[in-house]
Amino acid sequence: MTTLSQNLAGDQLTSGRLPKATAPALAASSILLSFALSELLTGGNTAVTAVGSFGLYLLIMEIAARVVEGPRQAADRRATTLVAGAFLLALIPLISVTWETVAKGLPRFDLNFFSMSMRSVVGSGGGAAHAIAGTLWVTGIATAISVPIGLLCAIFLAEYGAGSKLAKAITFFVDVMTGIPSIVAGLFAYSLMTLLFGPGRAVFGLSGSIALAVLMIPVVVRSCEELLRLVPNELREASYALGVPKWLTVTRVVIPTAISGIVSGVILAIARVIGETAPLMIAAGFTASMNNNPLANPMMTLPVFVYDSYANPGVDTQPYWDRAWAGALTLIAIVMLLNLIGRLIARRFAPKSGR
Amino acid sequence: MKITSPTATKPSAAPNPTPDPKRHGDRVFAGLAAGSGIFILLILALVASFLVVEGAPALFANPTDLATKGYGEFASWVAPYAFGTVWAALLALAMAVPVAIGIALFISHYASRKLAQPLGYLIDLLAAVPSVVFGLWGSIVLAPAVRPFYDWLNTHLGFIPLFSGNLSGTGRTILTAAIVLATMVLPIITSLCREVFLQAPKLHEEAALALGATRWEMIKMAVLPFARPGIVAAVMLGLGRALGETMAVSMVLSGGANITFQVLTSENPNTIAAAIAQGFPEAYGLKTNQLIAAGLVLFLITLVVNMIARAIVARRAEYSGAN
Repeated sequence: MTTLSQNLAGDQLTSGRLPKATAPALAASSILLSFALSELLTGGNTAVTAVGSFGLYLLIMEIAARVVEGPRQAADRRATTLVAGAFLLALIPLISVTWETVAKGLPRFDLNFFSMSMRSVVGSGGGAAHAIAGTLWVTGIATAISVPIGLLCAIFLAEYGAGSKLAKAITFFVDVMTGIPSIVAGLFAYSLMTLLFGPGRAVFGLSGSIALAVLMIPVVVRSCEELLRLVPNELREASYALGVPKWLTVTRVVIPTAISGIVSGVILAIARVIGETAPLMIAAGFTASMNNNPLANPMMTLPVFVYDSYANPGVDTQPYWDRAWAGALTLIAIVMLLNLIGRLIARRFAPKSGR
Repeated sequence: MKITSPTATKPSAAPNPTPDPKRHGDRVFAGLAAGSGIFILLILALVASFLVVEGAPALFANPTDLATKGYGEFASWVAPYAFGTVWAALLALAMAVPVAIGIALFISHYASRKLAQPLGYLIDLLAAVPSVVFGLWGSIVLAPAVRPFYDWLNTHLGFIPLFSGNLSGTGRTILTAAIVLATMVLPIITSLCREVFLQAPKLHEEAALALGATRWEMIKMAVLPFARPGIVAAVMLGLGRALGETMAVSMVLSGGANITFQVLTSENPNTIAAAIAQGFPEAYGLKTNQLIAAGLVLFLITLVVNMIARAIVARRAEYSGAN
């Protein structure tokens, strides 16, 4: 009590400050207290414990800080608590999604899942081989369409257009294009194919690829443009000084310098579209069997397989949902792997721009 | 000068009416590059026009045709879905925006410099999870988990119209869908806000701290006013994403054509995107046209939202001088 009054009197250097250990000590004790309370009152509910300890911490810290440090410091501490709380809150879905997908996906994450299709499978058994093959086809073709277009457009924006009205318009609309709802891209591909081949024959692999390409092109353009701009101007000028024409400078000097970044950007773009479900549901369709011809008949893809297994289960839902989770696990694994590879390439072979 | 003499003769010999073949390649390449840029503009125009062409039969069909072969009169059919789309997106934003700003501040101004980047990656991981996985998680894991909480909301806060009505037995309500949507737009809003917060002028921040401001006062005085347009743009982009998201809603919700603000009942409004996804596999003829026309409505809504957001971002970039 004496130290407190001394602190309030302000006759020490540490006056008016809570000791440094207050925050961790208070956090630990509010978690313990809240745990005990929820154990007594609700029979040990984790959510109640979490919310309770956060509330207790906020309340006690507010009182303590107000008494010892004054209202301004109390507001500061409250903001710190809330900001850190927001971060912890966002971790809950991340951890929950990862944990549940791994736990529920592992039972069917077996050899059959990767070697069998769903052809004439009812109930348990079967696998997603047809969907994995479909995903590889559809995403592969989408990549083949969007990389040349996206890269050339990025070259135009970074090397040729700089500052022109056309370049400004393209930049703006490429940005707008990143916001196209994925399902609208699917409807676009479906409409295009209906106009070309007639109704009823619009759903096949290539159609899905076009839908994905619409979503992928703006991502490729943005990342490639950014990387081309990172290439130092000295390299271009040196090349011009040697009498090399501009197009050879771009293809032989600028692109090779930025190639690792471009590759990683493309990989990240693939990772972004490989999990798209809605456009493929509409443009590539559903099937239970293997289809290795992207030019005819519906083609199953992994995300659509997950959706279909979940939404249209048989009488006994369990085997269907198990397959859905195994598909989800495969999908997450692919996306994380692509992200990892993309980031590793970007970091390992980053252009030596002297910055 | 001795050195110039051999080169001096060259220009006189050089004038050549036929263009250098190398420069020819230059023109072709420049044309290709500009062409693919224009092609992208063309794609965007084509997306709009094909949706119009394929949606037109439903937009201009006479009402009796639509009633027998389609889903009914277009405007009154699409209105509840348009409402559901906007309502679900707004609910999601109401939850996501404060949290996203908090996370962005945590990463930009609270976490230690060493930790900031890995923590940013962690949040970016959320963006990498495919939407179908979020849908699966939302309906099988989240919905049962939040049911007791909904029960509590309904009994104790039921006097608020939002939480009133008959509690859904499954937990698969529009609020659950909105929570999933919020989780999905969180990383987008966070990463944009984080960038803007990091661009806040260091001198202003240091001046505020030097005058004795606490960290929170510094953020309120120097960071947030600077970042306001950026936050608005980030929210608009998140809104665009939430409006167009399909799977999370279609897998969590079995919505209908209800217009209701109650978020805990089993009578939920559906969104345009989810209605298309649920209806499309079985649709044929005029129904397909009608769903595509609904897609056009969705496209126009998101286009407007995105254009406003991008215009704000572009205007800010011109004036800030930070980039």
